[in-house]
Amino acid sequence: MRTPSPRSWRRAFDDINQAIAQRELWGHLGWQDIKQRYRRSTIGPLWITISMAVTAAALGGLYSQLFGQPIGTFMPYVTVGFMIWYFISACVLEGTETFIANEGLIRFLPAPLMIYVFRTVWRQVLFFAHNLVVYVIVLAIFFPQLTRPYQMVHPNGVLHPGLSWSALLAIPAFVLIVINGLWVTLLFGIIATRFRDIPPVVSSFMQLFFTMTPIIWTTDLLRGGAPGSTRAIVEWLAKLNPFYHFIEIFRAPLVGQVQSWTHWAVCGVITVVGWTLALIALRNYRSRVAYWV
Amino acid sequence: MVSIDVRNASVDFPIFDAKNRSLKKSVLGRAGGRITDAKVPVVEALRDVTLSLRQGDRVGLVGHNGAGKSTLLRLLAGIYEPTRGRAKIEGRVAPVFDLAVGMDPEISGLENILIRGLFLGMTRKQMESRVDEIADFTELGDYLTMPLRTYSTGMRVRLALGVVTSIDPEILILDEGIGAVDAAFLEKARDRLRDLVSRSGMLVFASHSDEFLVELCDTAIWMDTGEIREQGDLREVVSHYKGRDLFESLSPDTLRRLDLQRGSGPAATDQPTDEAVGLP
Repeated sequence: MRTPSPRSWRRAFDDINQAIAQRELWGHLGWQDIKQRYRRSTIGPLWITISMAVTAAALGGLYSQLFGQPIGTFMPYVTVGFMIWYFISACVLEGTETFIANEGLIRFLPAPLMIYVFRTVWRQVLFFAHNLVVYVIVLAIFFPQLTRPYQMVHPNGVLHPGLSWSALLAIPAFVLIVINGLWVTLLFGIIATRFRDIPPVVSSFMQLFFTMTPIIWTTDLLRGGAPGSTRAIVEWLAKLNPFYHFIEIFRAPLVGQVQSWTHWAVCGVITVVGWTLALIALRNYRSRVAYWV
Repeated sequence: MVSIDVRNASVDFPIFDAKNRSLKKSVLGRAGGRITDAKVPVVEALRDVTLSLRQGDRVGLVGHNGAGKSTLLRLLAGIYEPTRGRAKIEGRVAPVFDLAVGMDPEISGLENILIRGLFLGMTRKQMESRVDEIADFTELGDYLTMPLRTYSTGMRVRLALGVVTSIDPEILILDEGIGAVDAAFLEKARDRLRDLVSRSGMLVFASHSDEFLVELCDTAIWMDTGEIREQGDLREVVSHYKGRDLFESLSPDTLRRLDLQRGSGPAATDQPTDEAVGLP
């Protein structure tokens, strides 16, 4: 009898292909998750949009005054930064829970593991789509300020070119972020299912990363430190933060800031390394997840 | 070709949160698999199971609580892959396990039907065309639009059976929970299951109910502490397991029905039926 071993690449890729074929299933489950969260509420998922709008307005307003920034450029900056940070951090946080939360289904129905990964990430994409509305509104309000060159830091900060057609680069950027969300969910999901200390550890680290990542502040503030000065070191440290690069490839085009290919290169490398690790985990531990949940 | 081939398969569960257990001497009790003495204790739920099922097989699974029946069913459903040994399952599997799990209590019966169907490999279109039939069979009517948490256990069983029997699975795997429905529905379900099995494939059914076993199965597997103790003809195996003849406990009704179906029906085909049934 020839049966591929549970630990084989073929079984791992079969799992992925089968899950892609069953997209109706995880598509439906993802929607269900959102509807579920707002069950019996009158305006339902509109709350997602509203809460994002409130956050953006409050933080954008407050920090633009604290940092002495013109609100017309700072508000869109904070809005887009928050939107994509919500997506990324939800992929990481809910990724660790993806198999644990689906324990009932995993133990009682035979289905590819990737179904649950797709379900989790798809749900985040839907949340993201709701938040996108806020960007459109903010853009409509501050369009005149965003379309001409501006500086985030005065007097001698970086001169940003303003919004142009290169804003469309945000689309491939988002696709790349989703691709990364998938490996993060898969890899962290498998590890966290085996080691239950991981979810709380990850969630406290995400708090830290939120402050370390330029979302309500800008790296423009860190520029121009003399070599060896604390400011230069902090700027260098900020660039070590992987989240910074993912935020940047998405945000810079949408608010008309200077774009840099180095961010794309870093994100590309992270994508390849991350997927390699995730696929190895899928190959070796795919069949173990049902035992661990 | 529908088939299940299992060779020397074992299923070991690591129990990560029971480290203190290893301090106590692990015991080999009557209930449950053997618990090993390793750093992470392991429950050997199945040990060295070898079996081979083909199209048309209708297998009853008997054994004490914790003998490994449900684990074996999940192995056959492809939910657990064996930790040692091999298991090869070919054919579309539809399992019905613990009925409370795997269904979302907050959404309606209809949506649960759809999700269950999608899980079992159907498309949305296929499920939509079957919904009426399922609604008809389950007799739940307007209740299908209510959230599942308002359902009784019996109603959930109806729903689960309605879905799996409507999608023509090739391998049907049933755990014992289905006894929770009322007699009238039981009869209907039995007919439908029998019909289904004779049409397509294979049934593996864990049950403590003699009637169900006799009606639906023709061979049996006796599980004991994670191993197959005996495998073969239904009456023989179950009689050994229970320590009395299987047919003793059956109601006259059942016996009459079985007798009528002799030859063509799924039950008791290779039994010495006259003697067993005790009818003239």
